[in-house]
Amino acid sequence: MTTTEPRIIPMGIALNEAMDIAMGLDEKVFLLGEDIAEPSGGVYKITKGLSTKYGTHRVRKTPISEAAIIGAAVGAAIAGYKPVAEIMIMDFIAVCLDQITNHAAKIRYMSGGQTTVPMVIRTSAGAGRQFGAQHSEMLEAWAVHTPGLKVVVPSNPADAKGLLISSIFDPDPVLFVEPMLMYWDPQYACDVPVGDNRIPLGKANIVREGKDVTVISYGKQVHDAVKAADILAAEGVSVEVIDLRTLVPLDEATVLASVSKTKRAVVVHEAVTRCGFGAELSSRIHEELFGTLAAPVARVGGQNTPVPYAKNLETAFVPQVADIVAAIKSLNK
Amino acid sequence: MATTNRPDSPDRETLVQMYEIQNKIKTTDERFRSMLTSGQIQLIYYSPRGQECISAGYAVHLRPDDYVVTIYRGLHDHLAKGVPMRELWAEFLGRSTGTCKGKGGPMHITHPESGLVVTTGIVGSGIPIANGFGLAAQLAGTDQVTVVNFGDGASNIGAFHEGMNMAAVWKLPVIFLCQNNLYGEHTPMSMSTGVEYISERAAAYGMPGVTVNGNDPVAMWHAAGEAIARARAGEGPTLIEARTYRFYGHLMGDAMEYMPKEERKAAMAADPVPAFRAWLLENGHATEAQLAEIEDKIVAMVDDAVEFAMNSPEPSLDELYTDVYEEITK
Repeated sequence: MTTTEPRIIPMGIALNEAMDIAMGLDEKVFLLGEDIAEPSGGVYKITKGLSTKYGTHRVRKTPISEAAIIGAAVGAAIAGYKPVAEIMIMDFIAVCLDQITNHAAKIRYMSGGQTTVPMVIRTSAGAGRQFGAQHSEMLEAWAVHTPGLKVVVPSNPADAKGLLISSIFDPDPVLFVEPMLMYWDPQYACDVPVGDNRIPLGKANIVREGKDVTVISYGKQVHDAVKAADILAAEGVSVEVIDLRTLVPLDEATVLASVSKTKRAVVVHEAVTRCGFGAELSSRIHEELFGTLAAPVARVGGQNTPVPYAKNLETAFVPQVADIVAAIKSLNK
Repeated sequence: MATTNRPDSPDRETLVQMYEIQNKIKTTDERFRSMLTSGQIQLIYYSPRGQECISAGYAVHLRPDDYVVTIYRGLHDHLAKGVPMRELWAEFLGRSTGTCKGKGGPMHITHPESGLVVTTGIVGSGIPIANGFGLAAQLAGTDQVTVVNFGDGASNIGAFHEGMNMAAVWKLPVIFLCQNNLYGEHTPMSMSTGVEYISERAAAYGMPGVTVNGNDPVAMWHAAGEAIARARAGEGPTLIEARTYRFYGHLMGDAMEYMPKEERKAAMAADPVPAFRAWLLENGHATEAQLAEIEDKIVAMVDDAVEFAMNSPEPSLDELYTDVYEEITK
């Protein structure tokens, strides 16, 4: 029996590997975005080395023109390519929302299925680096509210790699949200399989099994949910943690099975709480399991404010481990 | 007489082909308007009447595998590029036999086999998408070209600027065809646009720009032909401003108070389609019998398409949930 040494790498490298693998597998895959070619390889270095390996025709630096970037990806996708467009920071989605929601999302439907838009929009998101109100938002709920788009938010490097490869070869447009803080921070590095480790979209991951309460999250907050579970385990509360991985398609079966068992649920995300994805998920749980719940579903999310700059205010905006612990405890009263 | 006599004019066959396209658009439009006015059908309709020569002038240069992107006022482009009459009518009427199974409607006609790849209802938004088709051709090393149609109003929206710049930087095989009918919705160009000619804007992007009389079929044929040849040869994009006039305002039912009566009357008196017909006859490019035969054939084609569409079923309710994603979801 052979044992393989774990390969601990950060999400930045895992994402790079995913694109490298996809480009190697299919010459129709190409990348476009601001600054993504050498020598910089992207402002976060996620595409480092790829333009050298595959050429600047397949790893294309663009003008600072988000609508033109997404428009070019939409047209090329209809014409048979598999573009991966990078929008540097999620707040900039606002600049190209027409191309995303009116075109990428609706073209399959409007054409009666004659034309399709198999493309990925990669974007970095999240607060925690004092980038202020226009460089820190999690806007995944905008995309979830738009039929035709798929929405992926990975929580660790191995998932990021496997989900990105699947997204690139998915027949529909995917918004792929990368938690910015996780790119290079070693505390979020993990063992990542070598090669094509595709993870299907729409399959949640039960990160930790428990019997008293289910915490449902995605992205960076999965780690906070696990920390909260550790704290409560010491107090004799058994917490199940579900990482959704993808919001559309949503693995409702896994969520409902878990909450049927625990009868209590907390939904956690960094995005603004009001009309956030947690509102939808909470509503679905209530619709399906109202009579069996021991307590109403609780939501933990960002404050209903823009993301502030000052460190103390920014920290107050973002949901913390203590907030998750408090929410779980509130269900047991 | 708008049509230019030039020694390098297109051959007779091409001239007659352009007339056939123009007549097909005019006849189809007239039938739509009469059926709308008489209450036989109800739909939102943006008449392209008056702009026929532009579409005919570029379409005869294109192959089926060349791409056309257009907008909600797009019937002339659809027919010129070869979208079949029956499926077009059925889509306008929201029937299951339409180009898009009745799910897109007149503002989203799509027919990839003809190369009519996108019809958008958002002003200017086709411009960045056209670059994607150009990029696909460039990456694949084919000589396919993309013609993207839009109005004068679209030249004032951000997508125009971003798209034109990117096309120039990447030397994409795209022809930006501004069909300047002098009005953006209900506002005359003079009140919305700081330049006299949209083509002047090409200089800002480092691409050639030309203004042509879009109601002169031969001049339009030349301008389109030159731009398409440049694009096919890998020499990059061109902005063509084709000047024209829309006879029936922004959309059917428009009271057109904002269009001076005399201006409109003069434009309709100079209707380019009958003018081109007369020019063809005067210059011996076609005979009366030949053109009458074409016109009769088109009337029969429209009759057939109307009957086909009116007798086609609505989409089944299951179609509500298909084509959102590849997999059917609710």
